[in-house]
Amino acid sequence: MRAFLFTYLALAGLLSLYLIQDTPLKQSMKRGSGIYLDFCVSCHLEKGEGVENTYPPLANSDYLINNRKKSIIGVKYGQQGEIVVNGTRYDNTMLPMGLSDEEVADVMNYIMNSWGNKSNQMVTPEEVSNCLKR
Amino acid sequence: MEKSIAHLFFFVVLLNSACGQGPDNEVHTPKSTVFSAELFVDQLQLPWGMAFLPDNSMLITEKAGRIIHVKDGKKTAIKGVPKVYLRGQGGLMDIALHPDYATNGWLYISYASSEGGGKGGNTAIMRARIVNNSLVDQKVLYKAVPNTTRGQHFGSRFAFDREGYLYFSIGERGDREVNPQDITRDGGKIYRLHDDGRIPADNPFVNKAGAKTAIFSYGHRNPQGLLTHPETGQIWDHEHGPRGGDEINIVKKGKNYGWPKITYGINYSGSAITDKTHMPGMEQPIHYWIPSIAPSGMAFVTTEKYPGWKGSLLVGSLVFQYLERLELKDGKVVYREKLMDGIGRVRDVRQGPDGLIYVAVEGKGIYRLNPDSQK
Repeated sequence: MRAFLFTYLALAGLLSLYLIQDTPLKQSMKRGSGIYLDFCVSCHLEKGEGVENTYPPLANSDYLINNRKKSIIGVKYGQQGEIVVNGTRYDNTMLPMGLSDEEVADVMNYIMNSWGNKSNQMVTPEEVSNCLKR
Repeated sequence: MEKSIAHLFFFVVLLNSACGQGPDNEVHTPKSTVFSAELFVDQLQLPWGMAFLPDNSMLITEKAGRIIHVKDGKKTAIKGVPKVYLRGQGGLMDIALHPDYATNGWLYISYASSEGGGKGGNTAIMRARIVNNSLVDQKVLYKAVPNTTRGQHFGSRFAFDREGYLYFSIGERGDREVNPQDITRDGGKIYRLHDDGRIPADNPFVNKAGAKTAIFSYGHRNPQGLLTHPETGQIWDHEHGPRGGDEINIVKKGKNYGWPKITYGINYSGSAITDKTHMPGMEQPIHYWIPSIAPSGMAFVTTEKYPGWKGSLLVGSLVFQYLERLELKDGKVVYREKLMDGIGRVRDVRQGPDGLIYVAVEGKGIYRLNPDSQK
């Protein structure tokens, strides 16, 4: 009986530890939200709503979900020229931000899992480093 | 009948006086333009600043770290540009010529620099000359500290006043609670130096213990427009507010412009920064914009080339992608007009020595406004 109780408590303790700890995705998103507030928010705004016809929205963005690699490349190297987001045409320039691969991964994880976006596959720094400029 | 017309007239006058004044006044779209815009220098990634040489050729800074000399349509890259810290809003930024450039050849650049140790970067001011297309005799006149990896608010516009003092702006580097109100720290300030970097003996804080003695005024957020008024000789700046609350200020010695203690803007999230727009000992802007136009670059029109424009202030809008013309009366903005609507993010605007207006647009290049009368 004592052995059972001990095992039970130990298992319950481990389980709660596991549940309390942030997943790697959550941790990355947390760092990413800091990057977002520093580098992105002045144009794309707090809830990723963007500015119509000027700065494309990130919230519920079809472009973001359908163009994972292009989006990573855009954040990493900058974006220029025409794109269509949620049916609206945008033709503007976003400069390279000078972010490290890890920072690009974090901010991508944040925007791809916020404001109605959901991505099943986490962006890793390795994936970012393999995304090369066209 | 006559009476009803009089009523109508009175009503219209009332409407005008209600909407025509005040900082939240509307921006107007002119019925006809007095110019056509010509893409004068094309294929630039992000032109940030412009300067005109005595031979009417042009120097252009590109944020990524290039200085380009444009003469008769031919571009030459200047060699020996210092390494810039390219991150967020930082990179190679403004360029200005010494008022006596024709005799001494000095020019000034501002850039984000990681010099001085510590992770990140901060705004640096350099004086140099161009000899054989190379930047030589380089001397860093000022380097803000500490370095930081924050991506915002490098400021960095230049102006020379009539006595030959050099003014420049450094934004608060994304640290509004720490920098702008503290004169012992860099950031959120307008600075004043002699043309060789020496601190003027009558700068306002030279006798304050621990103060950054190059400071001329403080409590600024991110000034990206700076100039000397052509008639009064006063220094004017404009600066980015947060969400709403971009400002035009007349910059006075030792004064506090209030950021972030007072502002007409709010956080990007919509929450309040402060409930105060006025406080004793803090200066009021002569104009503020709500919503923010994200102003960059600034020029007074002193030429007669564009009918009705003389005395106007021109300001680039990054967010709304147009050039704004503001008419002033008794030190207040009385009319706002939208030009080149949708052209792209307008980063800089200058009046050239030929009296024509030049406009730098991100991702495009430099436009020249050709007056219709010259067609």
